[in-house]
Order: sequence, then C-alpha cells, then structure tokens
Amino acid sequence: MIATALTAFCHVIAQPTVHWGCDPNADVQRIYFGNHTSHLDFLVTWSALPPARRRLTRPVAGGDYWNDGFIRRYVARHVFDAVLVERRAPGSPRAIAAARASVDQLVAALGTRHSLIVFPEGTRSETGEVGRFKSGLYRLARLRPDVELVPVYLENLNRILPKGECLPVPGLSRVIFGPALAVGADADKHTFLEKARTAVIDLRAAA
Amino acid sequence: MTRLPDITWLMLAAGVLVVLLVASAAGWILHRRVGDGAGRGTVDNINARIRAWWVMAAVFVAATGMGVGASVLLFTVVSFLALREFVTLTPTKPADHRALVWSFFVVTPLQYALIGFGWYGLFSVLIPVYAAIFLAIRIVLEGDTERFIERAAAIQWGLVICVYFVSYGPALLTLRIPRYDHRDASLLLFLVLVVEMSDVLQFVWGKTLGRTPLAASVSPHKTWEGLIGGVVCASAIGTALWWATPFSPVVAAAMAFAVTVAGATGGLIMSAIKRDRGVKDYGALISGHGGILDRIDSLCFAAPVFFHLTRFFYAR
Repeated sequence: MIATALTAFCHVIAQPTVHWGCDPNADVQRIYFGNHTSHLDFLVTWSALPPARRRLTRPVAGGDYWNDGFIRRYVARHVFDAVLVERRAPGSPRAIAAARASVDQLVAALGTRHSLIVFPEGTRSETGEVGRFKSGLYRLARLRPDVELVPVYLENLNRILPKGECLPVPGLSRVIFGPALAVGADADKHTFLEKARTAVIDLRAAA
Repeated sequence: MTRLPDITWLMLAAGVLVVLLVASAAGWILHRRVGDGAGRGTVDNINARIRAWWVMAAVFVAATGMGVGASVLLFTVVSFLALREFVTLTPTKPADHRALVWSFFVVTPLQYALIGFGWYGLFSVLIPVYAAIFLAIRIVLEGDTERFIERAAAIQWGLVICVYFVSYGPALLTLRIPRYDHRDASLLLFLVLVVEMSDVLQFVWGKTLGRTPLAASVSPHKTWEGLIGGVVCASAIGTALWWATPFSPVVAAAMAFAVTVAGATGGLIMSAIKRDRGVKDYGALISGHGGILDRIDSLCFAAPVFFHLTRFFYAR
C-alpha cells in the first residue's frame, strides 16, 4: 500500500513516459542499470516495470544512507525489499573488502528469481552528466552471465528532485529501457564498463 | 449550500452532449469509410481526440454544475498540470529550484484560494505584483546570475500563462452581474464552449480548406482559411448562445469574436514557445491531443480577456 502511494506520488511529481527497447514482461532475471541523479530514480524505474515484475525486482542502495533513521530503514527494507550495500570511499581501509562483500551480497540477492536495479555511478550526479561506473557491475556480470543487463536512461529527474533538495518541483520525465547489453565474455573490465556507460548515454538520443 | 443547476446550464450541458454524439457518429463514419486505406492515421487521431473530448467535457461540465468549489478545484489541478509541462520545457537552473517549489505549492494554490473567496482586489495582482517580486528575489538570493533575466522571466511568464490567465475561468463565477444571479456557471461554460469550438472548427476548416499558411515558421498546420472559418463559425455559435449569457445577441457576437481572436493568438504564442524549445507537443497526458497545455493554449489567453470585458461592462 505504501508502494502504491509512492507510485501515485511519483506520477504526480514526475509523470514518467516509459519507452521499452526490450520485452518488459519477459520472464528472465535482469540487472537494470541506470544513470543516477535523484532520489526518485529508483522509484520511477521500479514503477515503470509491469506489476508482476516489480514484485521480483529489488533496488540496490547505499546502506550508510538507507539504514539511517527509522523511516528510511522501514521504506528500504519493508516496502521495497532493498539490498543495502556498504559504501566506502575509494582508497580507504577496507574499501576493497567492502566492495567484494557487496558483489557477493548482490549475487545472493539475485538468487534464482530476482532482478536488481542498480546505479553503477555509486552516487547521485549533481550536473546531470553520467559519471564513471564502478566495477561492481563488471564483477556481477562475470559471476552471473545468465542475467540480462538492461541499460536505463532516466531523463529530467535531476531537475525534479536534485541532490540536496528535499522538496520536488513537478515536471515530466522519461524512463528509457534499452535492449539488453551485448558484450563479449572476454571483454576486460575497462572496456566492459565503458560499453555499459555508453549504452546508458546513447539511450538519451534513442527515444 | 447546494442548489440545483439552473435551466440555462442544463441546456448548455445538453448541447455539449449533442455535439459530442454528433462528433462520435462522424468519427465512426470516417472510420468505416477510410478502413485501412490512406488517411487512416489522421482518422485514428481524430477518433482518439473525440474520445478524449468525452472525458474532458464530462469532468468540466460536472465541475461547473457542482458550483464554485468544484470549479476552482478543477482549474487548480489544470493549472498545476499546465505549469508542470511549461516548466519541463523551460531551461531553468538548479538555483531556481526553490522559486519553482514556491510557484507550484504556494503561489498556485493561493491564487485559487483567493478566487474561491472572490477577493478580486488581491487575486488580480497576486501573480503580476507580489509573486513577480518575491520569486525574482528568491532566485537572486541563490546568487547565480547567469541568464538571470531569461530564467526569472520564464518562471514569471509560466505562472502568468498557466496559473494567472487560467484562473480567470473560475473567476467568472465570482462576478456579481445584475439580473444574472446564480447563473455564473453558464457564463464559464459559454466561454469554454466558444473557445474550444473555435479550436475544433479551426482544425476542421484547416484540414478541409486550408491553403494559405498563417505563420509557416511558427506552426505549419495553421492556415488563414482555418483561422477565419473557425473564428466566424465559433462567433456564430456564441451569438446563438446569447440566451445563456447576460449579453444581447449583438454583444454575445462581439464577445465570442473577442475570445476566439484572443484564443487564436494564444494558440500561436504557445506554438512559438514549443518551436523555440524544439518540441511538437507539451506532453502526452491527453491521448490524441498532446499535453494539457496543447489543449488549453487558447483558453489561457481568452479567459482574462473575457473576464475583464464582462466585468467592465456588466458586473456591478
């Protein structure tokens, strides 16, 4: 019920138009990866999915933020069944260990039925430009090659609810799902991440 | 206090119903005649538009029948949706965020609240004076002066077109017109009927007889034939509806002419904005029509003209 209310809220505030470059109802496991500019990103992506797929699709979010305070924790855990991962500044002690643990956590979360929504930039962009992707997506793809990687471009949400603001300015937005990413199994990390990032950026012009 | 809608309103509502039935029948005949041949797309679009008209007419007529509160509420929602489309197309910067939040969640509801209270002295100046000053200084305080004139002007103009102008529609319900008591809902219905019929008839005349472009660089589909045919026919409809208004037939004709011309002006201005921003429609909210601003562009500019003419010559 809270999820329905949040979906309705997101329609009033962001009125997303949805474009699909792949079958929305396909009974496959997917990792939807998109550009990240706003707290609305996950909600808008999730509400664009057919209801039957929504129930099996879990967002991946930063534990430092979403574990902070009762409301956030409740929404993340009980409303959306989010996978909360630990974020550490690159180069800080335990950064590599934390990243490894996160990937293991995501593989476990995928299980045999679930899909995930991830934002591989790791944090919200303030300019609207798509930043560098973190390597977690690459590791995940190597560990679960059977899961489809679907790029998502979210348009205008950075203007509706930008980083640092708590009240939204209503506007129209677009959610563009691309066709599943095709990368050779032997692609190295850098090529893979750059391909994935380009796939997201290219959707901007696609629809 | 609830009162039954008067007979004038009922007759106008029945007229709307008849027009829609005729339109749907015509759409059905077109559909049968065209089949899968050429022109299928146009006919499908016309039928989608007619179906959307049923919904819009039902919501609007019902709201006017339910009184001032319902009409004000409906127009508040319309303004909110229109402003949402306008702002989406406006190149604002992050520094404008707070000013926009105020525009949506304070200025817009306040404008309609003042109309609900019938406070003409304030609702007629709230946006052009107080919002203009407040929002400009709110943007200034963020400290980002790059393109400041464009940003402040665009936000102000968005509020004027989408909220201030539109709010003159329900403001008609607050006029006190001698010997026209309790019939203000009919006046609002008259305005919307004439303006929207003018839009539809301009479309129909333009599609059938349109040859000479009106302003090819602004809107390729608008023609002089469409404009003149639409304005003349809608003025005739307005004249024929004089019994629903406080006007004599001659004045009704003049009023209908004034609002259709103002409406056509609005259509062109809103097309110029779309052209400037490089889009075809303001959105996709109404099937076949585009966004809500594509539907109410004429009404935005006709409502204030109609309100002030009526107020100046008829209200006490």
